[in-house]
Amino acid sequence: MGEDAAQTARFEARIAREDKIEPNDWMPEAYRRTLIRQISQHAHSEVVGMLPEGNWITRAPSLRRKASLLAKVEDEAGHGLYLYAAAETLGISREEMVGQLLAGTARYSSIFNYPTLTWGDIGAVGWLVDGAAIINQIALCRCSYGPYARAMIRICKEESFHQRQGFEIMLTLARGTPEQRAMAQDALDRWWWPSLMMFGPHDADSPHSDQSMKWKIKRQTNDELRQHFIDMTVKQAEVLGLAIPDPELAYDAASGHWQGGEIDWAEFRAVISGNGPCNRQRLKQRRAAHQQGAWVREAARAYAEKHGRHRQSTSFETRVAPAPQNEVVA
Amino acid sequence: MTPGLLFDYVLGLADDALILGHRLSEWCGHAPLLEEELALGNIALDLIGTARSLYTYAGAVEARGRDEDALAYLRDVPQFGNLLLVEQPNGDFAVTIVRQFLYSAFAAPFWRGLVGSRDATLAAIATTAATETAYHLRHSREWLVRLGDGTAESRRRAQNAIDDLWMFSGEMFEPPAAALIGAGIAIDPSALRPEWDGSIDRAFAEATLERPASGYMQTGGRHGRHSEHLGHLLAEMQFLQRAYPGATW
Repeated sequence: MGEDAAQTARFEARIAREDKIEPNDWMPEAYRRTLIRQISQHAHSEVVGMLPEGNWITRAPSLRRKASLLAKVEDEAGHGLYLYAAAETLGISREEMVGQLLAGTARYSSIFNYPTLTWGDIGAVGWLVDGAAIINQIALCRCSYGPYARAMIRICKEESFHQRQGFEIMLTLARGTPEQRAMAQDALDRWWWPSLMMFGPHDADSPHSDQSMKWKIKRQTNDELRQHFIDMTVKQAEVLGLAIPDPELAYDAASGHWQGGEIDWAEFRAVISGNGPCNRQRLKQRRAAHQQGAWVREAARAYAEKHGRHRQSTSFETRVAPAPQNEVVA
Repeated sequence: MTPGLLFDYVLGLADDALILGHRLSEWCGHAPLLEEELALGNIALDLIGTARSLYTYAGAVEARGRDEDALAYLRDVPQFGNLLLVEQPNGDFAVTIVRQFLYSAFAAPFWRGLVGSRDATLAAIATTAATETAYHLRHSREWLVRLGDGTAESRRRAQNAIDDLWMFSGEMFEPPAAALIGAGIAIDPSALRPEWDGSIDRAFAEATLERPASGYMQTGGRHGRHSEHLGHLLAEMQFLQRAYPGATW
């Protein structure tokens, strides 16, 4: 057995006995690449996800709602930071990852390409989108890569708080005036199907799933996770007294699960390949923030270089990213 | 001393905190780096938290059943008593940092002073705000120095921001009703002037920035005479409360 084959065998044995793989451990290149792709996409999703919800911070209808929405979006920025840091342990820099996002070569969760049109959407995003995210992420707490699994444990705690916050917004609207109730139903109508799409294609059509399951990066299949979400959410919609926009949704006694109609996969493919309502807008906003901040990052770097030898650098200075070689033009 | 004087005083401080917090929250998703998303957002949250405590107290002082949301969402521009400085638009990052620094260099010693207020509620709010504003001052000062002593462009932007905002800095030192100061409830902000001047001069020197020579100062915010910007801010902030009167959110 050659050296590589021996290392691969040792690696696979560790995965089999549920050892956590740590940054300095040997790992197959494909495992490393898969994790970089997945963790950086996850980080990008947190950062792009700030935009649809940030859209309502200045219009939140009460001071309590304003503070909790702002705190929630701040949590997402924090998750973005942990996740970029987790990905950096695999040998890629944050700048490179952000460069991929801005160049349009990296993906982020397609759900954020839908618009937040009313306050009801802030409830629906928290309830459904964070609800779906938690189901995905709880499974990731047992991921074989240590830094990712540990980041997920903390992120899940915060996400579950966000989900309850979203549900509570929906409940307040559902118990409010007829106009507020209609706002909640309209939000559910628009966010239900995109939320189901968050779990990805059917298992049979999922290109990366098999290998990720073998490596225990992924612990449950897309369809299993989606089913769990549907079963959980149907009961919550009943509490709200809102109708899930799927006429085929029915309880199947044989399987013990709620079965619904088929997802519109043409819409899924369209949005994922760039043709959703807000794809261009979201990337444009991220590029604009990055470009407009270039002089600030440049100033911080120049200052740190001038004073680096004379005073202890602050955490801000050490974290300021070098400018990419080619600025992305929006 | 009439309760109206205390109400106006508390309300003006609440409006300062809310309007500045709102302005900072406008950065969400657009900050120059991820660390600043967190920093600006956290400062905004501190300020909104301070505003909520002050509005609740103002409502109790007024005793006409107005809660924090009635005071924040159902008053028009002339009834807002915030400083002109805090309602100024975010501009570029330099404008936001200079606005924050000019205000925080005042707010930090202000809240520290108000910890000694004979009004127990104000003193309690001041205790928290003093700790928080000390951090806001440190954050904005560090950035001011970095921008001033960074690149030629950052220096030019920081100096422009100072030149644009300087005329709004005098209003912070206008005293409230003498009866409030006499009763030991309010503090006389003109007493904070030497400390503010010292903070400004030391930071500007370190940042290689210049203090404007002009002594022209705008005033009016405390009496409801605002810049054009506040109306737009309120139109956005109050939209849902105005569009759906009487609804609970």
